[in-house]
Amino acid sequence: MNNIKSIFSFKDIHVEVEGKEVVRGVSLEVKSGEKHAIMGPNGSGKSSLANALAGHPKYLITSGEAYIDGMNLLEMDATQRSRAGLFLAFQYPLAIPGVTVANFLRSAIKARDGNEESALANFRKELKQKFQLLQIDELFATRYVNDGFSGGEKKRLEILQMAMLKPSIAILDETDSGLDIDALKVVSEGINSSFSKENAVILVTHYQRILNYVKPDFVHVMINGQIVRSGGAELALQLEDQGYEWVRDEMLEKVGV
Amino acid sequence: MTEIVDKSRIGVADIGDDYREKYGFRDPEEYFHKGAKGLDHEVVEMISRMKKEPEWMRIFRHKALDIFLSKPMPTWGNTELLRTIDFDNIYYYIKPIENQGQTWDEVPESIKNTFERLGIPEAERKFLAGVSAQYESEVVYHSVKKEIERQGVVFMDMDTGLRNHPDIVKKYLSTVIPSADNKFSALNSAVWSGGSFIYVPEGVDVKMPLQAYFRINAENMGQFERTLIIADKGSRVHYIEGCTAPVYSSNSLHSAVVELIALEGAYIRYTTIQNWANNIFNLVTKRAMAHKNATVEWVDGNIGSKLTMKYPCVYLVGEGAKGEILSVAFAGNGQHQDAGAKVIHAAANTSSRITSKSISKAGGRASYRGLVKVYPQAVNSKVSVECDALLIDGASRSDTYPTMEIDADEVRIEHEARVSRVAEEQIFYLTSRGLTEDEARLLIINGFIEPFTKELPMEYAVELNRLIELEMEGSVG
Repeated sequence: MNNIKSIFSFKDIHVEVEGKEVVRGVSLEVKSGEKHAIMGPNGSGKSSLANALAGHPKYLITSGEAYIDGMNLLEMDATQRSRAGLFLAFQYPLAIPGVTVANFLRSAIKARDGNEESALANFRKELKQKFQLLQIDELFATRYVNDGFSGGEKKRLEILQMAMLKPSIAILDETDSGLDIDALKVVSEGINSSFSKENAVILVTHYQRILNYVKPDFVHVMINGQIVRSGGAELALQLEDQGYEWVRDEMLEKVGV
Repeated sequence: MTEIVDKSRIGVADIGDDYREKYGFRDPEEYFHKGAKGLDHEVVEMISRMKKEPEWMRIFRHKALDIFLSKPMPTWGNTELLRTIDFDNIYYYIKPIENQGQTWDEVPESIKNTFERLGIPEAERKFLAGVSAQYESEVVYHSVKKEIERQGVVFMDMDTGLRNHPDIVKKYLSTVIPSADNKFSALNSAVWSGGSFIYVPEGVDVKMPLQAYFRINAENMGQFERTLIIADKGSRVHYIEGCTAPVYSSNSLHSAVVELIALEGAYIRYTTIQNWANNIFNLVTKRAMAHKNATVEWVDGNIGSKLTMKYPCVYLVGEGAKGEILSVAFAGNGQHQDAGAKVIHAAANTSSRITSKSISKAGGRASYRGLVKVYPQAVNSKVSVECDALLIDGASRSDTYPTMEIDADEVRIEHEARVSRVAEEQIFYLTSRGLTEDEARLLIINGFIEPFTKELPMEYAVELNRLIELEMEGSVG
């Protein structure tokens, strides 16, 4: 393994939610410039993995290791993980009534950058650019965070946050769910344009659809809390054609059931 | 700690001080007159004599004292705390200086410095049409912009108002809140001193706010200002008051009476940012009369004090009158904010809106106590009441005591009450964007009270958010 380029890695991660193990030993190494997709049926533990890695207090990592830019992720709280460059796009983003999108973004940027003057100098200009990219009306900035937003608006706001916060590793948890085809294209474009050789992205998804627009380098299939198969982009197409059953059957064969 | 509120726009100084340093400091006592503690007819006589008042006011005071002495303590609200008030251990009248200043240079150095530290002269220069600064029992500084005076607007301390405009004062004083209304209005009527007197002539629009600032300095002080605002037909005025005090181990009492009269088509907005130290009993009676097509708005923020019992009220006595009461109460450790609102619909086509927001943390208690009464003649009226309580932790408490008495037909009523906690999921959402838990909570709280802060002038909105930030520091438990 070439650790120099590795920006995010985790090994044998186990996750418990309310005493129940939902992720049972998952490992992955992500290098800069890579796009990974973690696919799996509902209840396979992929969202739990994403939340646990981002530091959600309800998702307890009971064993394993994780590193971001060589730093021990598991010693950090959610705030520190974010400041270290991790970003989680939520499957169900939360409403913060009374807090405008602009104020929220400004607060987040300020919070992570000690020198607020420089962080905020280009804020307006940049926000405007990202609005255009994501085809968002500028009035959006004055609305309250996710308060009364449609499903599509919520997902756009997640991608907008990612674009503004510029993480080194973004985990996108079912960002494609609930989007119509036009919204999916726009969101995908937002993801692609935030992506470079310097950072990486993990798409967590049920469906192959978004992978037509955000082409993954690696596809991992997660079932019953484990990654049971990894491959290239073609694996996603195979899943689309044949569903998850064959992977499941194959897995059962492997363990000799 | 990183700051959430964007103050860069208006350049308010850095934060991080606590109440004790920022507001809780005290000045040496070099008073012109400081009587003995306790209250009887002699004290009332002395106050009236020192103020060289007309005979009717002297009698008014003595009668009110009799009412105060005969009236029992309220049997509702926080009766346990009310019982701890020791009326014999309070100074009822302290005159800090002999003469009021018209410029800050005429105010003694130490008192001037106090108000400088509180930012009053700066606010005055920036955006106020007039300022009144009360220190203990008397207004020590008062100034009004010339153009406001030229419009015929009267803005002065209540004592001067009584001297210079005895007819108006006699006509309106105590007509909205009689001495016998409650024990504390009787007390105020007996020993009142200072406060503001405002008269806005017909059709005059006072474009910039008028402000009064109330400062208690002495320990065991009783401050009893009396405010009377009359907005004549079609006029408009916005009055703002703020208040702070030093931190002492024993209690002080602030018991104001505020009467507003909005004549036909007039508009009065009365904004309060109450930030008393946590040893102050804040027992205030505020009431307005809104005549035909008049509008009265109370914007009432309660952050400080040990116990506040205050229910700004609007009597809608003329057809088409409107009343709005928007309040925020923040109850921290050892505090009880028993705040609320009262609206009386006594004429047809009147409308009212009550929005109450409360935040409790660290064992603090916030209560909403409200009354909406619609008399039979108030047909086709509209009532809207919304109470929203936010609990920061499990040790804190919120109660709602809404009363509605609807005796008219064709009244449209909306009522909503909610109690919520800061959700763990919300905190995670914000921390996953790089905010600390403290910053996340604060942002959620600022959002919660946004319907209130957006009604304040920018400088006050920033100040309020800053005060709440101070209150929230280190509250994570």
